[in-house]
Amino acid sequence: MKTSSLATIPLSRLPVGESGVVETLPEYPELRRRLMALGLIIGTTITAVNASPAGDPRAYFFRGSLIALRQRDAATILLGNRSAVEV
Amino acid sequence: MSSGQPRCRVLLTGNPNVGKSTVFNALTGMKQHTGNWPGKTVVTAEGHFQCNGTECTLTDLPGTYSLLAGSPDEEAAADALLGNKADCIILVADASCPQRNLPLLLQILEITDRVVVCLNLVDEAARKQITTDVRRLSEMLGVPVIPTAARSGKGLDELRRAAVGMAQGHIPVRACPTVYDSKTEQAAALIGAAWEHPAARAASLLLLPPENREKLLRRLSVPLTEKLSAAFDAADRLLCGCGDISGSITAALVSRSDAICRECVQNAGGTFSERDRRLDRLMTSKATGIPMMLLLLSVVFYLTIIGANYPSELLSRGFTFLREQCRRLLESLGANGFTIGLTVDGMLGTLSSVVSVMLPPMAIFFPLFALLEDSGYLPRVAFNLDRIFCRAGTQGKQALTMMMGFGCNACGITGCRIISSDRERKIAALTNNFSPCNGRFPTLIAIISAFFVGTLPPFLRSAAGAAILVGVIVLSILLSLGVTRLLSLTILKSTGGSLVLELPPYRRPQFVRTILLSLKDKALSVLGRAVAVALPAGAVIWLLSNLDCGGQSPISLFTSWIDPFARVFGMDGVILTAFLLGFPANETVLPIALMLYLSGGTMTDFESYGQLHTLLVGHGWTLLTAICVMLFTVMHFPCSTACITFYKETRSMKWTFLAFLLPTVCGLFCCALVNLLFCLL
Repeated sequence: MKTSSLATIPLSRLPVGESGVVETLPEYPELRRRLMALGLIIGTTITAVNASPAGDPRAYFFRGSLIALRQRDAATILLGNRSAVEV
Repeated sequence: MSSGQPRCRVLLTGNPNVGKSTVFNALTGMKQHTGNWPGKTVVTAEGHFQCNGTECTLTDLPGTYSLLAGSPDEEAAADALLGNKADCIILVADASCPQRNLPLLLQILEITDRVVVCLNLVDEAARKQITTDVRRLSEMLGVPVIPTAARSGKGLDELRRAAVGMAQGHIPVRACPTVYDSKTEQAAALIGAAWEHPAARAASLLLLPPENREKLLRRLSVPLTEKLSAAFDAADRLLCGCGDISGSITAALVSRSDAICRECVQNAGGTFSERDRRLDRLMTSKATGIPMMLLLLSVVFYLTIIGANYPSELLSRGFTFLREQCRRLLESLGANGFTIGLTVDGMLGTLSSVVSVMLPPMAIFFPLFALLEDSGYLPRVAFNLDRIFCRAGTQGKQALTMMMGFGCNACGITGCRIISSDRERKIAALTNNFSPCNGRFPTLIAIISAFFVGTLPPFLRSAAGAAILVGVIVLSILLSLGVTRLLSLTILKSTGGSLVLELPPYRRPQFVRTILLSLKDKALSVLGRAVAVALPAGAVIWLLSNLDCGGQSPISLFTSWIDPFARVFGMDGVILTAFLLGFPANETVLPIALMLYLSGGTMTDFESYGQLHTLLVGHGWTLLTAICVMLFTVMHFPCSTACITFYKETRSMKWTFLAFLLPTVCGLFCCALVNLLFCLL
C-alpha cells in the first residue's frame, strides 16, 4: 500500500480504488443523519469501489459495508489523507 | 398452551440485512420469506417459541441502523424499541462486520439492560477470517453474546435459553452505559428529570438536538408540557456553542464501538471479498451491467414459459376429465341441467382455467424470483437504475419496490416504506401498479404464446416468447418512468433527494429450501385464492350468462352495452367486463373472459395455446386485440387487495383514488392510440 498526502478533495472526485479519511460531513441534515447512522463520521476511512453503468451513483466501502451514494451527495463529503489501496 | 404457563415478550431487532428474518424463522419455526436485501422486512411479524416451559412471543421488527433514522419502516422499529414494553430484546448483529452493528446496540442499552446479542452469520465471518472473542465482547457490553449461524441452526438453543433467562431476570447484567461529554450528560439529565418515560435516558438523548423534538414527541405521543419545555430551554442554554449535538453523540457511539471491536474482533472492518468484487464488476459495470440485467430477466422468463407449457396442458386435461366425471355423476344422481351448468360449467370451469392457465407460470416464476432475491442481486438493479430514476425525479430504491411489484403489487406498495422521502415514496407507490404482478404475467404469457409465437418452429417459441415478454417488461418500466417524471413535474414536485443504498454481500441462495418454500407458499395461496374467488365468480358469471332477460342474458346485455366503448380501445365488451369482474383478483381476468366466450357454446374447453388462439380468433380477436389486451393488462386499475393496501399506507381516499385512476387512464390512452394507429395504417 502506498501512501501520499494530497490536498483535500470531495468524495465524488476520489478515483476508484483509492481511499481517504473523512474530514467534513454533508450539511444537509437528512443525508448527514443517514450517513452517521451507518457509521460515517469524521475520521472514517472510505474507499471508492466501483461506479454504476452511468458513472453515477458510485459504491463506497466503509466500516465493513458497501454503500451507494450519488455524485451530488458525495461532493458534499470532503476527504483528506488519501491513499491508494489494492482493490 | 396452558393458561398457567409463564409467558414473555421478546423483540427481535438489528441492522437491515443481518439475517434477522432467518433468525426469526429459525427460532419460531415459521416460514417468513427472507431476502438478501436491506428492507426485506417492512412490517412486523409475530411468532412464538417455547423454552424451559415458558411461552415466548417474538416480534420481528424492520431493520434499522439507529433509533433516529428517516424512513417509516425504521421509525416503526424505533418506536417499538423506545416503547420499552418487551421483557427482552434480541439484537441480531452481523459477525462479519460487528463494528457497524454495535452503535445501535449501544443505543438500545440506553433503553434497557435486558438485551441478548445474537452474533449471527459466524460461518460467513469465519470464511472471511473475521473472528470475535465472544466472552470479551460480552464482558465489555455487560450483556450475553450468543454466536449463531441461523441458516444451519447453530447456536439457536443457546439463544432461546438466553432470551428466556434474560426476560425472567435470571441472567445477571452489568450496565455499561456509553458516557458522553459532561455537558451532554448534564443536558440529558435535565430533560430526563422533566418527564416520565420508560426509556427516559435514550429518548432524552434523542431529544437533545432541537430539530428532532417536534417529530419525536409526536411519535412517542408525549405532550410538550411546560416542565419539558423549560428543560429543553435549559438544555439548549447548556449546549449553546457545542456545535452539532447529534453528530457528537453518534461520533461517541461509533468511537466506542470501534474501541470495543479493536479489542474483541480480529480483522474487523476487513475488506470486501474478491469474489464479490468480481461479481460486481460483471453486474454493475458500464459494459456489462445493463446487458446482464436483461439477460437475467430473459432467463427467468424463458424458464417460466418453457416450464409452464407442459404442466399447463396436463392440468387442463386433468380438469377436463374431472369435469366429465362430475357431469356424469350429477347426471346419474338425477340433477337438472341448471345445477350441472352452475357447478360443472360455471364453478369448476372457471376454477379449471385459473389453475391450469395461471398456476404453472406462477409456480415457476415466484421461486426463480425468490432465488434472485436471496442472492443479493436486487439492490444492484437499484444501483444500476438509480441514474435513470434520478432523471425522472426519484431514486433507485423505487426499482426495488417496482421489482417487488412483479411478485405482488400489494407487497410492492407496502415495500415503499423503505423510501425515506415522503414525496418519492408516494410516487413509487402510485406507479407500482405499472409492474405486472404475478397474477398478470400468466395472462401476458398466454396471449404471447397464442398470438405471437405460435407460427414459429417449436424450439424457438419459448425463447421468442421470453424476448417479447422482456420487451413488455421494459415497456412497463419505461411507462412507469414516464409517469414518475410526470408526477415529479406536477403534483409531487421534486427538490432533488439523495440516495443512501446498501449493497449487501452476495450470498449463495439456499436453492432447495427457497424453491420448496415459495412453491408451497405460492401454490397454496394461489389455490386458496382460486377457490375463494374463482368458484363464486364462476357461479355468478354462469348465472348472469344463463338467466333470461328478454331473450338475452344479463351479462350479454352488459357486454354488448359496453362493447362500443371497448372497441374504441381495441378490445371488446367481454374482455372489458372480465377486467371489471377480475377486480378482486387479477388471476381471474383471462379465465373469466374465456368462460364468457365459452358460454356462447362454440367450444367446451381448450388444452393448448393453439386452441386458445382458435377460440379467441373465433370471437373476433385480431393482432390488434391481443396487443391492446396486453397493454391494458399492464396498465389498468390495481386489484382490490392492492387498493386496500394503498389506502392503509396513505390513509387518504384522494391518493387511493389517484392510484386507481392513473394506470387506468394511461392504459385506455395507450390502447386508444394503438387502435388509432392500426386504423390509419
